[in-house]
Amino acid sequence: MSASKICVVVVSGSLERLQMAAMVASVGAVSGQEVMVFLSMNALPYFVKGNTSQAPHEGKMGKLMATKKVPEFKTLFEQSAELGDAKIYPCSMAMDVLGVEQESLEGYLQSATGLTKFLHDAQDAQVWTF
Amino acid sequence: MAEKIIVDGRGSFCPGPLMELIVALKSAQVGDELEVLSTDKGSANDIPEWLNKVGHEYISTTESEGVWHITLRKKK
Repeated sequence: MSASKICVVVVSGSLERLQMAAMVASVGAVSGQEVMVFLSMNALPYFVKGNTSQAPHEGKMGKLMATKKVPEFKTLFEQSAELGDAKIYPCSMAMDVLGVEQESLEGYLQSATGLTKFLHDAQDAQVWTF
Repeated sequence: MAEKIIVDGRGSFCPGPLMELIVALKSAQVGDELEVLSTDKGSANDIPEWLNKVGHEYISTTESEGVWHITLRKKK
């Protein structure tokens, strides 16, 4: 039996990967599955309040998506938290390296979390990495 | 009985129409009928799956001139 809890680990800053991660998190969360998201490395800067920079695309799909009415990944992550009760955790290491405090991050993010706690929580979950 | 609630997801891609439906379901009453309009074929396939999974009543899907009409009833 597959685990009904979904862990989404996002480390990439590319549009395609952020988009796919946001889709898995949002659709999983609104389908009644417990979802936790861990944002680290190049993914985290997009969740600093006021950061309007566009994620660079990796290839053709990302380029095409930018020209179509695809829901923005940040909107989907926010909806996953607000409509589906997903828990989105910023990585404490990435926050330290970036030099950002909790207040600087989007309000729908949970408190900073370290790998130890995340790995513990992910023990009984399916893990998706982007 | 309340009249049908139209959720216009035309032009949006997966999972946009589903998210718009979920927002509409939040403010709808149990028993209300909703109709999602979508130009995204993936959403037309996905929304009935989602309805079955979470337990709302899926009524029908029709397609006309590139627009899918997915009709459902809020059950809870």
